[in-house]
Amino acid sequence: MNNNRRKFLKIASLSAFALSSGIASMGLSASEAEAKLAPGFYDHGPKTLHAKRWAMVIDTREFHSAEDYEPLIRACHNAHNVPDIPGAKNIKWFWLDSYEHAFPDDMNPYMSEKIKAQPFPLLCNHCTNPPCVRVCPTQATYKMADGIVAMDYHRCIGCRFCMAGCPYGARSFNFFDPRKYLPEPTNPRFPTRMIGVVEKCTFCAERLAVGQLPACVEASNGKILFGDLEDPNSTVRKALAANYSIRRKPNLGTQPGVYYLI
Amino acid sequence: MLYNKKAVYLGIVILVVLLTAPFWAGLFGQNYTKTGVTKPNEEACIENVEFMRAQHMRLLNEWRDEALRNENRTYIAKDGKKWEISLQNTCMRCHKNYDDFCAKCHLSNSVSPYCWTCHIIPVEGK
Repeated sequence: MNNNRRKFLKIASLSAFALSSGIASMGLSASEAEAKLAPGFYDHGPKTLHAKRWAMVIDTREFHSAEDYEPLIRACHNAHNVPDIPGAKNIKWFWLDSYEHAFPDDMNPYMSEKIKAQPFPLLCNHCTNPPCVRVCPTQATYKMADGIVAMDYHRCIGCRFCMAGCPYGARSFNFFDPRKYLPEPTNPRFPTRMIGVVEKCTFCAERLAVGQLPACVEASNGKILFGDLEDPNSTVRKALAANYSIRRKPNLGTQPGVYYLI
Repeated sequence: MLYNKKAVYLGIVILVVLLTAPFWAGLFGQNYTKTGVTKPNEEACIENVEFMRAQHMRLLNEWRDEALRNENRTYIAKDGKKWEISLQNTCMRCHKNYDDFCAKCHLSNSVSPYCWTCHIIPVEGK
């Protein structure tokens, strides 16, 4: 009897060990297979611009009316095949609104007429603490190492949690097939989006990858600065050190990466 | 005694033929091992043909994740050649003819990927 139990325990523990080590090795090989498929390897492009934290400084003192912003909006929307849809279901990457709407915390009834009348340029703030990323259930939107809040439209399921999460209204939902409103793609090298996904400004990550500054920055003739917020010698840091700047809704703690010189 | 003998036997024959139809179709029907794709004139794809044929969709997924999430937009192939990671601007530069290349094979394999709701097929490929 004793002998039998001894044997049983031996076999049981041996088989338990065999099973568990088998499962462990299977798990390892599965994760290895997942890691990489291509026989080659991946790298940044030779001309890629790098930063620890990309940021934008918009000198609103240099802009006076909506017409001054028009070339910037056109440059952005043309570069990314952004359609212009009449009505409330338009797609916005770079758009204009009043001071009252852009900076509701800083509003008082006695501001200068110039500030009250002037439009302000708005875009995705590429927050340090992006609420849209926290609420996205599929990780379709995510923050990259250089601070850009990017989107993978392949993964977007169109739930619009990010639109509810974003305090800046920087995200637009494709209620329609955007190609219906784009007779010809304005930039055939860049994709469009499809019906049912959310889209927004990308800080021109695809342009930074080939050594170009964002389209709106390029079209602004130096009125918008773009650079590394963590480099004290960058143009953005110098502009922020020399001028008074504000950000949108700072009390929410999202830490926007877009600064306005007022 | 079987009534309507002719009709019953005919019915049985029709039933058997119908039930075994998939086997006949498989034996004598069209053979889908040849898809009739037209290969582009360029000598070689980024990796060898067997790999591309079997794994191009997984490779594209990996390219997407590397480019969009890790900002690695250059692929260095096994032979050392460097490629820009872009379906629209790299793959479609050689595989210009969408209808004779992508579409024919996808049709034979009855898969319908929806790449082109967003990505733009180059004009000469339409």
